[in-house]
Amino acid sequence: MLGLTQYLILSALLFSISVAGIFLNRKNVLLLLMCIELMLLAVNFNFIAFSRFLGDTSGQVFVFFILTVAAAEAAIGLAILIVLFRSKRTINVEDLDVMKG
Amino acid sequence: MVLQVYFWALALLLLGASLGVITSRNPVFSALWLVLAFVTSAVLWILLEAEFLAIVLVLVYVGAVMVLFLFVIMMLDIDLDTLKKGFVRFAPVGAIVAFIIAIELVTVFVIRSTGLPVLANPPPHPAGYSNTKELGAVLYTEHVYAFELASFLLLLAIVAAITLTMRRRPGLKRQDIARQVAVQAKDRVRLVSMPVEKD
Amino acid sequence: MENTYLAIVLGPLIAAVIAGLFGRQIGRVGAHTITILAVAVSCALSILVLKGQLIDGDPAYNGTVYTWMVTDGVNMEIGFLVDRLTALMMTVVTFVSLMVHVYTIGYMHDDPGYQRFFSYISLFTFAMLMLVMANNFLQLFFGWEAVGVVSYLLIGFWYTRPTAIFANMKAFLVNRVGDFGFLLGIAAIVHFTGSLDYAEVFTQAESMQGRQIEIFDGLPWSGLTVACICLFIGAMGKSAQVPLHVWLPDSMEGPTPISALIHAATMVTAGVFMVARMSPLFEYSEVALSFVLVIGATTALFTGFLGVVQNDIKRVIAYSTLSQLGYMMVALGASAYAAGIFHLGTHAFFKALLFLAAGSVIIGLHHEQDIRRMGGLKKYMPITYWTSLIGSLALIGFPGTAGFFSKDALIEAVHGATRAGSSYAYWCVLLGVFITALYTFRLFFLVFHGAERIDDDARGHLQESPWVVWVPLVMLAIPSLLIGWPTIGPVLFGDFFGAAIFVLPGNDVLGELGQGFHGAWGFLVHGLTSPVLYLAGAGVGVAWFCYLRRPDLPETLRARFAAVHTLLMNKYYADILVEKIIPKGSTGVGTLFWRIGDVVLIDGAAVNGSAKLVGWAAGVIRYMQTGYLYTYAFAMIIGLSALIGWVLWA
Repeated sequence: MLGLTQYLILSALLFSISVAGIFLNRKNVLLLLMCIELMLLAVNFNFIAFSRFLGDTSGQVFVFFILTVAAAEAAIGLAILIVLFRSKRTINVEDLDVMKG
Repeated sequence: MVLQVYFWALALLLLGASLGVITSRNPVFSALWLVLAFVTSAVLWILLEAEFLAIVLVLVYVGAVMVLFLFVIMMLDIDLDTLKKGFVRFAPVGAIVAFIIAIELVTVFVIRSTGLPVLANPPPHPAGYSNTKELGAVLYTEHVYAFELASFLLLLAIVAAITLTMRRRPGLKRQDIARQVAVQAKDRVRLVSMPVEKD
Repeated sequence: MENTYLAIVLGPLIAAVIAGLFGRQIGRVGAHTITILAVAVSCALSILVLKGQLIDGDPAYNGTVYTWMVTDGVNMEIGFLVDRLTALMMTVVTFVSLMVHVYTIGYMHDDPGYQRFFSYISLFTFAMLMLVMANNFLQLFFGWEAVGVVSYLLIGFWYTRPTAIFANMKAFLVNRVGDFGFLLGIAAIVHFTGSLDYAEVFTQAESMQGRQIEIFDGLPWSGLTVACICLFIGAMGKSAQVPLHVWLPDSMEGPTPISALIHAATMVTAGVFMVARMSPLFEYSEVALSFVLVIGATTALFTGFLGVVQNDIKRVIAYSTLSQLGYMMVALGASAYAAGIFHLGTHAFFKALLFLAAGSVIIGLHHEQDIRRMGGLKKYMPITYWTSLIGSLALIGFPGTAGFFSKDALIEAVHGATRAGSSYAYWCVLLGVFITALYTFRLFFLVFHGAERIDDDARGHLQESPWVVWVPLVMLAIPSLLIGWPTIGPVLFGDFFGAAIFVLPGNDVLGELGQGFHGAWGFLVHGLTSPVLYLAGAGVGVAWFCYLRRPDLPETLRARFAAVHTLLMNKYYADILVEKIIPKGSTGVGTLFWRIGDVVLIDGAAVNGSAKLVGWAAGVIRYMQTGYLYTYAFAMIIGLSALIGWVLWA
């Protein structure tokens, strides 16, 4: 039978991979968004695993809301990306330094 | 035992897909790898008997969000070369940080949890059990306000996304109904009295 | 009685306000009418009060009119203490003030600041009355500062003259030094007794003596001595005692009437009055009294020397005022307070007379003040001549004049004193008599006798001054001549002051002197046997010989004793000390503090330094704010891992 620990380790590795992804694809906003989705997926894994092993449905409700928020975030993020691209003709993060101190 | 095999196979697939996401040169491939990761996750969630969420993941993420991603990627004319420049420079740093985080998380899950009472594997749900029904029973009672808020959030996201991306093109001829209704005869017709010309 | 006192004080104040604020509306005649009326009423009421105290035997009044505030148990009040000392001072102040008011009509006749002048001198009368009538230290201090302000305003009355501005600034600043001491003295008294009220403080005088205060580590002083010396430092500033005397000669830049009123008769005697008023305190402190004695004696003699070499008519009289103030202080220091106050009173009359006579001469010569360009004025200005003669005789103490009685008694009292420094003081005042006679008659002979050295155009319209000028002269000449006869007995040896002046039995030099007193005639005859009279005569004789008989002699002497003459002409270099060295030193110290403390430490290190530090830190930190999204993302992730690591392993 499957243990809780192996799910948790799986989600930990998934999370680490997405962290590495943020470092690797630091210039591409699109990839950054994808990595964030991946991270959320890792988090959702934990919730669902604990929900299952504790027999508590609330964990799944949480995942439900996270999915909602993530979908909204992706939609708005992409919208911003499009507006950005329209005005700057690029999504290269290195060109977006107006916040520079 | 079969489940273990399933799990390990799916886990490896998931990790491979996610590695594909972060290493692909082309965002389109990244997106496709991500689709694979989501689908694999959905299967894994079914192993955890969270069927409703697994289906939702496929429907919402693969069906909607990832399609949106692909749309955007293809709509935008992205200069891939500049984006991939310096890809390797931060790779060691990324690897180190990711490694540290993995170690930390595994420490929490494995080493720090020794001695804690191990949760017994829950028995599989009986036949006729509906995960969807169960979830709905909680969602619409205990978490109804949060649910309302979430729906409002989605509405907001729709409005925001449309407002952000909509643009008015100059030179486009459109109807202005308010002006049409408000118009009066004297705005349109000018009566001029002229003497009759005789020739 | 309270209403009377209020009327005495407030009358001049109201007149001053009206003349000052509405001078343009009421005009010149209106201004002098209202102020003279107010001061005349004050004078009449003061005389009434004096009569009540002396003849009807009214009890001393001590009451509070208004309580300003109470803080920490200390009452701050306005109140009046009217006993015989106060009544005498009130009468002197208002009488001289009235004379000066009348005289001013003539002296300031053509001046554009006519109304302003009347407003000021009326205001001065108010302030001086507040000072002498006070029954607590706060009001005393108020009056003290108020007369200082009016003095400042009046010295600089002709504010377009740079010298006048310089002089009033000098007077003000030098007085600040004294006032600082005065304030410390009041603070010490509040510290020890917890009260500002005279009566309450005086009852605690003896206990204050026992309490000690350490100004320097390991050097305990009697609290009373410290308080008294601090108060006396205030008196040194106001009464122009060495070394704070430098402002008084310069104050002659002001119009002559105020020289007579403020810088001869009244304000400068405030210090003397104050010490006499504080006699219940000073009596318990031998050290403070010796201090008063030595300072007074030094002033009496050494400022007298300066009078001999001056050529400005008003400055000569100013130095004589300094010297006479020294005499009064000597009397106070010898515990002969009554003699000090007696001399104050007689001096007020004859010194005001001399100043006003000098003013009359100045008017006659169209504002010429140099005695080298006078001479032989006797036949042009007879009234001025005779009144000046009376004033001069009174000043040198000619037998029978007011000055004789007061000065002789004073010197005798010092002779009888046994306090530390009293023999020094005795020799100083004795020699001072000779010097006084010398400079007084030098002035008198140079102005009224000898060859005429007047400009021709001035001689053309040289004439006796108008009646508003000579009437006050005559009015002042009468008491200068006669006031001593009836008053010496009761004031000096009788119980005139009653409880107002307190003398310990062991210190009562006047009481001893009174044993041998048998009426004014007896005193006069006794005076003939003392060295004082002969010293004064010698002074007059030397003056006559040097300035009338052999006018070339002073030149020869001057050449012979050039060093001494230079020293005297430079006023012992006190002015240089005050005007050059001390300001240079303090500006130097100030500059040092400014350069190092302010510019470098505060501005450089603290103000700009902190700003620079922030700027520098921001300059370093801003490189962290790249503006790139991923920098922030990395920061978050690395921070997260660090945080988890800390929770796990730390």
